Amino acid sequence: MKFAILVNEGPYQHQSSDTAFKFAQAAIAKGHEVSRVFFYHDGVNNATRLTVPPVDDRHVVNRWAELGEKHGVDLVVCIAAAQRRGLLDDNEAKRQGKDANNIHPAFRISGLGQLVEAGIQSDRLVTFGD
Amino acid sequence: MSDEMDMDEGGTIKKFMFVNRKAPYGSIYALEALEVVLISAAFEQDVSMAFVDDGVYQLMKNINSEGTEIKNFSKTYRALEGYDIEKLYVEQESLEARGLTEDNLIVDVTVLPAAEMGKLMAEQDVVISH
Repeated sequence: MKFAILVNEGPYQHQSSDTAFKFAQAAIAKGHEVSRVFFYHDGVNNATRLTVPPVDDRHVVNRWAELGEKHGVDLVVCIAAAQRRGLLDDNEAKRQGKDANNIHPAFRISGLGQLVEAGIQSDRLVTFGD
Repeated sequence: MSDEMDMDEGGTIKKFMFVNRKAPYGSIYALEALEVVLISAAFEQDVSMAFVDDGVYQLMKNINSEGTEIKNFSKTYRALEGYDIEKLYVEQESLEARGLTEDNLIVDVTVLPAAEMGKLMAEQDVVISH
């Protein structure tokens, strides 16, 4: 089956991202495809490359990035939600005249159309959030 | 909007339901959920919206958000019709529990008991809940 995932909450504060990750991992292990994970609302915070968790804790951002790179999962961050929360990639940082960028290269920013498209193209869209 | 507006979906039309469960102010879920609904209109899908729990407050008449410094987005619900999003369902129990009736709402809706709402959700291809 082809799954798409929507993550609506930030890392560490909330379990959503962890549960979504475990779901994705389990689905892939069972031979399913996870075509896209879309990060919306505070979920966009899962994409910051500047995350520094304590050494004995899981690294939520790197874990997503590794899953994406290993299994070809398209990790998409909503551009509007990201911008209002201070998450920018290099292009957006330049365009907005900001002196830094913080989006992990395994993620890409795009529009909400990518979420709707994921709903159309996948067999199941599974939402994780409050 | 650029690449995300790729309409090449092979003419697939799915039943999308956006479920709104949160009050309009106090968190950003309602405002950002509306953004997804508006984008979905561009994909020519069969879109409906459901309002349950505190989500029914999103449709209240006479909201004044001035003191919150958050823009009042009540008029966006009225504009949905212009995007051909006309199927708005409100859960009867949620209205009653909050002392509200259809007369308190700014748009025409279909009020359904929870059991009927459940059936309607079961008929959907994609349910996105905020």
